[in-house]
Amino acid sequence: MIISRRKLIVGAAAGAGALILPGCDAAVRSPSWNTFLAGGERLSYSAQRALQFGQPLAREFSERDLSPVFRANGTTNPDTPEYNDMVANGFANWRLTIDGLVDRPQSYSLADLRAMPSRTQITRHDCVEGWSAIGRWTGAQLAPLLMAAGLKPNARFALFHCADDLDKTPDGLGKYYETSDLIDCFHPQTILAYGLNNKPLDVAHGAPVRMRIERALGYKQPKYVMRIEMIERFDHLGKGKGGYWEDRGYEWYGGI
Amino acid sequence: MSSVVLPEQPAAAPAPAKPKREVFYRHTRIVRICHWVNALCFLLLLMSGMQIFNSHPRLYWGQAGANFDTPWLKVSPVLRADNKYHGELQVGEVKLNTDGFLGAQYKDGKATYQAFPGWLTIPSWHDLGMGRHWHFFFAWALVINGATYVVFGFINRHLQRDITPKLAELTPKHLLQDVWDHLRLKHPAGEAAKRYNTLQKLAYFSVIFLLFPVMILTGLTMSPGFNAIAPFLLDLFGGRQSARSIHFIAANLLVLFLVVHLVEVVIAGAWNEIRSMITGRYHVPPDTHGETRA
Repeated sequence: MIISRRKLIVGAAAGAGALILPGCDAAVRSPSWNTFLAGGERLSYSAQRALQFGQPLAREFSERDLSPVFRANGTTNPDTPEYNDMVANGFANWRLTIDGLVDRPQSYSLADLRAMPSRTQITRHDCVEGWSAIGRWTGAQLAPLLMAAGLKPNARFALFHCADDLDKTPDGLGKYYETSDLIDCFHPQTILAYGLNNKPLDVAHGAPVRMRIERALGYKQPKYVMRIEMIERFDHLGKGKGGYWEDRGYEWYGGI
Repeated sequence: MSSVVLPEQPAAAPAPAKPKREVFYRHTRIVRICHWVNALCFLLLLMSGMQIFNSHPRLYWGQAGANFDTPWLKVSPVLRADNKYHGELQVGEVKLNTDGFLGAQYKDGKATYQAFPGWLTIPSWHDLGMGRHWHFFFAWALVINGATYVVFGFINRHLQRDITPKLAELTPKHLLQDVWDHLRLKHPAGEAAKRYNTLQKLAYFSVIFLLFPVMILTGLTMSPGFNAIAPFLLDLFGGRQSARSIHFIAANLLVLFLVVHLVEVVIAGAWNEIRSMITGRYHVPPDTHGETRA
């Protein structure tokens, strides 16, 4: 059978058109294609970290830029018996532990944290969905706390344990958790925020303490932080991707 | 570029003289490869971009913007008098009924409430994470491909010679003549067909040196990690939410360009045009009377 080049090209073009959407959907489900696509994330991570030498700061804004209403997103109340107890007594019995791959595990009350070196910053919060809100955050810098604990040489990530089950599943996989690399942990704007817009952090926004990691999207900045564990790897946690939303398909690198 | 004149059929019998088919080598290999890689990347970026837009189908001006702020553009299902939700596009104060297309779609008696319908997005169901994976992967591909094109095009002077309009072409008289020719769907023949006309040059020039750079830079401005690296981009575009709006508008302008581009390809002779972008060879329309195109 002889097929002219014209027929071949026209046929190929028509075929490509008919295949593109089902083809994309098939590719979306293909594990090897997704491994290939993940190369883009590694490229973005390497490129941005290389360009972020010297730890440049996220933009800070002025009072007049503050969002009239700061949207609360994700969990707005963990609503577990233990958490409700803490709310009832004003988080007096809350303790933040810093442990894992450290030389001197630490434990801080909210009052202890307030006495630590703090930072106040008016920054923009970006949700992966596309919206942004500007708020004034006050909190203890993470870097001095980690220095006080003394990291072991194999500590590579901070694992944030949170009080909220965003997805209430019986297997416990709905528990919110996040991991950050040491570059973000030691960034000067990375704080354990206990204040928003000149008030103590409220339940909807992550009381008693939420992370502010200002060069990352919202899902990388966990709320309701209970414990910071220094770890070497995260592939044994949850579904192995390094965070609640990462386990559900978002990139581990949340800087874009 | 070289011009090849194909030999005529051997004159066995005195047949009516056929005009010479002049074949002109129009597109270098690097231009052809970059064109199709770009076309693929753009299509996939557009579709995955609509998936991402669907997660928050509102656009704002300024640094910030979320549900409690006023968007200048919004796609949403709205409750109507029949007590059912219908798709609506709102731009400023103008509300357009886009039911069945934007904001609400119906298939097999079931309604979905997405901004852009599933047949336009990657994946076809709502999955922001997957849309982002595709978008950023093909953004890298588009940037690398575009940089290759611009570097080669600059070195071999394709950009200066073929894409950049000459000053003499930018006179009002010349431009008006070009507009008039386009309105009459009159396309150049003979020698003139070997060059891009002025409107064509202006369109390609603005896509290459304005719209795509704006797409890439506004895309980067939406990245909080990149904001720390290049905070001046926030000032250039007026904030992250403005950058998001400009990203959306520039994408629409690229779609407009694509529509005009495809219509022109059809008018100018779809087969000849598409083949020239695949094999590089373009059959020059003979200049018969200098008036109509063959």
